[in-house]
Amino acid sequence: MSNVASGCGAPDQGRDLDGVDVSRETVVQGTVTAAGKPAAGAYVRLLDSSGEFTAEVVASQEGRFRFFTRPGTWTVRALAPGASGEAQVKAAAGKANDISLNLS
Amino acid sequence: MSREDVLVDTQWAAAHLDDLGVVLVEVDEDTTAYEKGHIPGAVRVDWKTELQDPIRRDYVDKAGFERLLSEKGIGNDDTVILYGGNNNWFAAYAYWYFKIYGHEKVKLLDGGRKKWELESREMVAEVKARPKTAYRKTAYRAKEPRTDIRALRDEVVAAIGAKNLIDVRSPDEYAGRLLAPAHLPQEQAQRAGHIPTAKNIPWSKAANEDGTFKSDEELRKLYRDAGVDLERDTIAYCRIGERSAHTWFVLHELLGLGNVKNYDGSWTEYGSLVGVPIEREV
Repeated sequence: MSNVASGCGAPDQGRDLDGVDVSRETVVQGTVTAAGKPAAGAYVRLLDSSGEFTAEVVASQEGRFRFFTRPGTWTVRALAPGASGEAQVKAAAGKANDISLNLS
Repeated sequence: MSREDVLVDTQWAAAHLDDLGVVLVEVDEDTTAYEKGHIPGAVRVDWKTELQDPIRRDYVDKAGFERLLSEKGIGNDDTVILYGGNNNWFAAYAYWYFKIYGHEKVKLLDGGRKKWELESREMVAEVKARPKTAYRKTAYRAKEPRTDIRALRDEVVAAIGAKNLIDVRSPDEYAGRLLAPAHLPQEQAQRAGHIPTAKNIPWSKAANEDGTFKSDEELRKLYRDAGVDLERDTIAYCRIGERSAHTWFVLHELLGLGNVKNYDGSWTEYGSLVGVPIEREV
């Protein structure tokens, strides 16, 4: 992650947090499922408390996603072919805040 | 200029995949997406390794662009349809770039990869190499780079209070609460905040949830309601210039406004400059 500033796109979401100092980050991460199975390739976006778009990633093969944000209340919204869903999360600093999201 | 000149929808793309003289090009920063699946026949351009100069911070030079397009099998007469992930950010950046080097027929796929996927359209992993344009006979010839659609740092500093400055990052990045989009770790070298007098109109407000652009009417209203005088010269910026290429596309190509420039140095340059003014809301 040392060359973060050279890019801006969302990275592969299947990776672990190796090399990231989680104590300095506010991580919101989780799994998105549809009909009980991982929703691989779902588009997952992070919306701020006013509903404004903040970031979007593509869920991994296992339906995993991850954002690096700041403490506060966020909405995670996901789109897949023919299905969508959203959930709120209260994120605290210095840790990975986990949520799961089911699409219908 | 009308929408049809600069944009195609997924239906059009699906119907014209195999047309001679039409080349679909997927542009991404993370190119693993292309390897897993892409629109049949599409060639790949890697935003980082193929569109950027490998040493200096700049886009590839004219000779490099000519070599790249020749190698990809793209000719001067081809209609190039660009699309990608990340809501077409990198595709919009590549579009701006094709315009810089004077390519005439280039369009964006409205909604990009996301719209295509959400419609469950065909994706293939197989990579079909296009025949390289024979380098000596029909090699790609770029024009001298246009300077009227790119803003460099001095012009940006001079534009404070004089031209429209549009910061298209998310509200938290604009305010200085985040230093990067929230899919990236936040520890960065540069200072947080925004250029004084810049208005924050996130790129995302110009797009629908499926990645397609909003209507011209909605777009005009968006910028007017945010207090942007569309008659004035405008410079758009973000963090590294691809989200602002998306907004440059909206203002210059969709709305047909005259003097609109993309500041591709953007916040990673401005936020590291010594002595320039910065506004911050925290």
